[in-house]
Amino acid sequence: MSDQELDLSALPDDELTKQMHDDLYDGLAPEIVEGTNILLGRGWSADRVLNEALVEGMRIVGIDFRDGILFVPEVLLAANAMKAGMEILRPLLAETGAERMGTVVIGTVKGDIHDIGKNLVAMMLEGAGFDVIDLGINNPVEKYLAALEEHKPDILGMSALLTTTMPYMKVVIDTMVEQGIRDDYIVLVGGAPLNEEFGKAVGADAYCRDAAVASETAQALVMARRAAATA
Amino acid sequence: MPPRLLDDEVTFEAEAGGPSGRVLVVACGAIAREVLAVIDLNGWTHVTLQCLPGKLHNTPREIAAKVDAKLAEAEASGAYDAMFVAYGDCGTAGALDEVCAAHGVERLPGDHCYGFFAGVDAFAAMHADNPFTFYLTDFLCRHFDRLVVRGLKLDTHPELLPMYFGNYRRLVYLSQTDDPALVERARAAAVLLGVDFEHRPSGYGDLQPSLETFVGAAHG
Repeated sequence: MSDQELDLSALPDDELTKQMHDDLYDGLAPEIVEGTNILLGRGWSADRVLNEALVEGMRIVGIDFRDGILFVPEVLLAANAMKAGMEILRPLLAETGAERMGTVVIGTVKGDIHDIGKNLVAMMLEGAGFDVIDLGINNPVEKYLAALEEHKPDILGMSALLTTTMPYMKVVIDTMVEQGIRDDYIVLVGGAPLNEEFGKAVGADAYCRDAAVASETAQALVMARRAAATA
Repeated sequence: MPPRLLDDEVTFEAEAGGPSGRVLVVACGAIAREVLAVIDLNGWTHVTLQCLPGKLHNTPREIAAKVDAKLAEAEASGAYDAMFVAYGDCGTAGALDEVCAAHGVERLPGDHCYGFFAGVDAFAAMHADNPFTFYLTDFLCRHFDRLVVRGLKLDTHPELLPMYFGNYRRLVYLSQTDDPALVERARAAAVLLGVDFEHRPSGYGDLQPSLETFVGAAHG
C-alpha cells in the first residue's frame, strides 16, 4: 500500500466497502469510523452499513483466523475497529426500531475468566441483529438461570477456554433440564477446547467453533424454531 | 541455555545405547532445560531429547502435527526402543492426546507446563482458589518480552492489554530455579500487567517423577 493517504470520501460505494473490509482486516479503527460516517452521509441505512461493511469484513477476518493466516492479536485489532464502527451505528439501529433477530444471554462459565472469544461472539451476534445480554466471566449456574428468568432470551450461550471448566456447561444444562426449562431455549456452546462431540454430550443444541459460525448458527436455529412454532 | 530453543528444533543426542536400547523424549523447547536437568540427575546417557520450538506456546494449533511428524520420523528411523512426549495438553484441545494414542506413547500429565511444574493436583487447587491468575515459569519469565509483550503485539498496540489481561488480578511465578534476576523479571511483568505478584518456588514438580517412571518402564 502506498504511503500516500487514501481519500475514502472519493471512493464510490463498492470500492469504499471493499476498502473498509481491508481496513477492518488491518485493524484501523479511525478509518472504519470515517468510512461508516461517509456511507451514512450517502444515505445508507445503519443496517446496511453494518452488514455490508462491518459484518462482512469481520467474516473475512474470521475465515483467515480459522485458516491460521491471522492470529489473536490481529483479530482483536479488527474487533476493536468494528467496535468503533458499532459505536456510531448502535444508536441509529435503536432509533430505526428495526425488528430484532432475538435475544441472547451469553457468559463464560464458573471458574473461567477467559472472554476474548466470548466477546467476539457477542459482537458478531449484535452485528447479526441480536440483543446481547453479556454476563461476563466466571458465571455460576444461578447467574445463568436468573438471567434466563429476567430476559427470557431465545438463546443461552456458554463459553470456556479450560478443559477443567468446560464440564460446567453440563451442570448448567442439567439444571435447566431439572427445572423443566431446557427446551425453552436454544443452547449454544463454544471455546477452544470444545468440539462437536462435547456439545452433544453436554446436551447443547450446537457447538460453535468460532464467532462467525456462532452468528450463523444462532440465526439459523432461531428462524427454524420460529418456523416450527408457526407451522 | 541455547537461545535457539525458542525458535528452532534442537536435538540433544544420547551418548550411547542403554541397557534396553535408546530412548527418545520429544519435548517443548520451553522445558528443555528442565528435562535435561532430570536426564543429568539420573545419569541417563541413553536418552535423546528432541525439542520443538518453545514459541509454539503462542500457536498451540501447530503442536500436535509437529509432534506427530517427530514421532513418525523416529519410528521410521528404527533408532529408538521407547518414546515419550514431554508436553501437557498445551492448548491442543485433545489433539495431542490423539497423536500420542496413535503412536502408543504417553505424555506429561496436566494441561500446561505450569500445571505439571506446580504439580497437577496442587495446580488445580491453586487455580480453583483464585482463577484470576496468570502464570509464569522460568522459561516464560525469560522470554516474557518476546512471547507476551511482542507476541501479543502489546509493544505496538498497548490498547490490547485490557482485552488480554483485564480479568487477571494476580501473577504467580512458579520458579524452577533459585534465580533472583528472574524473580525481578517476573515482578516487572506483574507491574506491566497491573496485577499482584506472587512467587512460588515449584522446582520440577511432576516433570521429574513422570520422566523417571517412563524411562524406568522403558528399561522393562
